[in-house]
Amino acid sequence: MKKFMKGLLATTMVFAMTTALVGCGGSTEPATDDAAAETETLIMATNAEFPPYEFYEGSDVVGIDAEIGAAIAEKLGMGFQIEDMAFDSIIPAVTSGKASFGMAGLTVTEDRLQSVDFSDSYATGVQVVIVKEDSDITSVDDLFAEGASHVVGVQTGTTGDIYTTGDIEEDGLGTVERFPKGADAVLALTQGKIDCVVIDNEPAKQFVAANEGLKILDTEYAVEDYAICFAKDSELTEQINAALAELIADGTIQEIIDKYISAE
Amino acid sequence: MSLKEKFIFNFIQHDRWKYITDGLVVTLKVTFFAVLLGIALGIIIAIIRSTYEKNGSAMRGFSKFVLWVMNLLCKIYLTVIRGTPVVVQLMIMYFVILVSTRNKILVAVIAFGLNSAAYVAEIFRSGIMSIDQGQFEAGRSLGFNYVQTMQYIIIPQAFKNVLPALANEFIVLLKETSVSGYVGLMDLTKGGDIIRSRTYEAFFPLIGVAVIYLVMVMFFTWLVGILERRLRNSER
Repeated sequence: MKKFMKGLLATTMVFAMTTALVGCGGSTEPATDDAAAETETLIMATNAEFPPYEFYEGSDVVGIDAEIGAAIAEKLGMGFQIEDMAFDSIIPAVTSGKASFGMAGLTVTEDRLQSVDFSDSYATGVQVVIVKEDSDITSVDDLFAEGASHVVGVQTGTTGDIYTTGDIEEDGLGTVERFPKGADAVLALTQGKIDCVVIDNEPAKQFVAANEGLKILDTEYAVEDYAICFAKDSELTEQINAALAELIADGTIQEIIDKYISAE
Repeated sequence: MSLKEKFIFNFIQHDRWKYITDGLVVTLKVTFFAVLLGIALGIIIAIIRSTYEKNGSAMRGFSKFVLWVMNLLCKIYLTVIRGTPVVVQLMIMYFVILVSTRNKILVAVIAFGLNSAAYVAEIFRSGIMSIDQGQFEAGRSLGFNYVQTMQYIIIPQAFKNVLPALANEFIVLLKETSVSGYVGLMDLTKGGDIIRSRTYEAFFPLIGVAVIYLVMVMFFTWLVGILERRLRNSER
């Protein structure tokens, strides 16, 4: 154990020295563990595979979350930068300080609250079920029916994944197949490899519009609130909550949401 | 949380270790059958290629044409497989070629097996070509035909020469199966990823997965070491 601690100490020191060296090298590199740099640039961790909340337009990440993030940074007088990564890497990136906050249609869950703090909610999301038009699944209840055994596709680490793992897989009502991207799960559905996909409503609409022969079930799987996540006890939580409240009050947030989601 | 609590949180709670063990079974299955497919197909390709290179110039007529075509097909196969990343091949196999199947393990075995075959083929060919032409001539002058010479004289010597390179290829293959998660197949790496997506901890899931791969490779290396020593006995 002593040896281990010694090794750990040595590693930490080497790391600290390297960080210090890098810090000397240039001021453009944003180091988030550096309090001074943190006030300059906000780094937003997201997974740009989630239209209309975040997606690529050319080489830029755009969408509701991206614009809200930029609006918050502007309000706080800070720079703004988006880091695109795998969805399940967002929270580790935030807790390890590689990003200032995470914004990717994140729902507040008990498990997530153990690792991060959340802001107030800025949008409401709905988990829906996509099926083929001729599917024998006609309502969400069919998934939980006695003796059901469906293959459900989800994106790894999303709330759809977490809910279905608990509701369906652990109760022996079917299997859950976890894809790195929602689009891959939908592709597998169109090819008949899986029976349905549980995913957020907005991307679901776009997937259904883009693929013939798919439909969204009328009843939703779950309703949830989206929020921004921060490292535990971050000073940013309060600042950003304040900025968010102002942006909600003056209608900016609603404007951004309306821009991407046409009112039905 | 202390290290022990974190360990319990990552592996024991909600039976999360099952993701690792289920994934390990998938990884082993995929690797085992892919190796078999790779060796079988690889040897066939290596024999076609080396036969063409050794005998092609001496042959005439229709049989030469057939061999030429087969050699060309093998060459195209090697170029395509070795020229594209295995993860892209896996996704093409899953989303484009084997569209109607639900059996992901089968898809992975075929994708990784076909990939491995290309490398195994070149390894075997280098082994066959490395055997002195005199060995071949000796076999033929003793009355063996071409196939018998290959079977009893050339291949056994070639196999011994290529064993280290072959073991290397299988170690690479075992680790390459870690990209199976791209098509939603839950292998060992994906199992660790799923735990990571539940606990938001990077340390234990990643280190745990890494240690399991390492142990498997060390065990395999040990087995190959024994085999090499056995084969060397005949040299004395």
